[in-house]
Amino acid sequence: MGITGIPATRFEAACASSGAAFFHAVSAVSAGIYDVVLVTGVEKMTSQTTPKVTEILAGAGDLCGEVRAGATFPALFAMIARRHMFQFGTTREMMAAVAVKNHANGAKNPLAHMRKVITMEQALNGKPIAEPLTVYDCSLVSDGAASVLIAPIERASEFTDKPVRVLGIAQASDNVALDEKDDITTLRAVKISSEKAYKMAGVKPADIQLAEVHDCFTIAEIIAIEDLGFVEKGQGGPFSLAGKTCIQGQLPVNTSGGLKAKGHPVGATGVGQICDLALQMRGEAGERQVARNKLGLAQNLGGSGATSVVTILGAA
Amino acid sequence: MTNPGSGTVYTETVVYSPPEAYVNDVPYQLAIIQLDNGRRLTGRIHGERAQIGDKVAFFEFRNSVPFFRKAA
Repeated sequence: MGITGIPATRFEAACASSGAAFFHAVSAVSAGIYDVVLVTGVEKMTSQTTPKVTEILAGAGDLCGEVRAGATFPALFAMIARRHMFQFGTTREMMAAVAVKNHANGAKNPLAHMRKVITMEQALNGKPIAEPLTVYDCSLVSDGAASVLIAPIERASEFTDKPVRVLGIAQASDNVALDEKDDITTLRAVKISSEKAYKMAGVKPADIQLAEVHDCFTIAEIIAIEDLGFVEKGQGGPFSLAGKTCIQGQLPVNTSGGLKAKGHPVGATGVGQICDLALQMRGEAGERQVARNKLGLAQNLGGSGATSVVTILGAA
Repeated sequence: MTNPGSGTVYTETVVYSPPEAYVNDVPYQLAIIQLDNGRRLTGRIHGERAQIGDKVAFFEFRNSVPFFRKAA
């Protein structure tokens, strides 16, 4: 880019890398250390074979324990899914409903990796990856990039006539290994970061009008809407199956198609979510535009819950 | 390495899409075991498939990975 003489920092937080970069950029601008910060997420994955990508991604897990034993990311979320099904009666149909909805949304997004509508039957009969997850429960291996420019609101007009405000943001951590968590059906870092972000923004979960959540697997979207406080614990599955997270539903979730259909270029995902919310809040989301677009939430997850970044955006 | 003893299956999965290192193992069953000593441990299930709540006992270590099998 030819911009030298200024700080340039690379962030690593697995799938939450650009979410973490965004959090630190917002922190720096809010503190008055910098006026303008550019945050870019980028990833190229499709040049590698699936076993190689699976192995590289597993590097975000606990290498000495679960990964050595043969855990992949689908396997970790499959074990989370099994436990969620056991404790709350979540079904494969409920998870498949998330996939069907996100594929339908992705089909309306010109920037989505996979613009293909799928049926419930297809989703339920996909190739098994890690039981009970099929290929339709898993996000995509994608190439992609996304950037956002962060500036104090007084300077926003220099860059855009439709700024979007960061009303609240927080990052939290948790143990990396699943076997070190008391309860794997909840993502503690998501709960903590969202509670802080809600407090900072002065809003409640019920005030949020749309959300981009980290659906690396269908079960992750179900757990995210529970941990973000949109529904009671255990109700994420029935809420999804009832269509309440569709574009026309009570709380549109992943109108972009999510990681499932828009794609999951790992390092770009966090910033990509912010960009998708901004499109909605500017009324520029085309076919997938939601009616209520004034208050949005993005949730970006690293590993099987080791890092979480939650951002609440408001239309200016 | 110490014998982790026996326990109960806390959660499990059967892996069909492996990392490069385990392409010859699929399908294999991975589980988190709630050990009788109070800790949880991630390992593999040897032999008959186990479900959540099933009692399992330590079988052997293979390449430092604990393998369990369903208790009789």
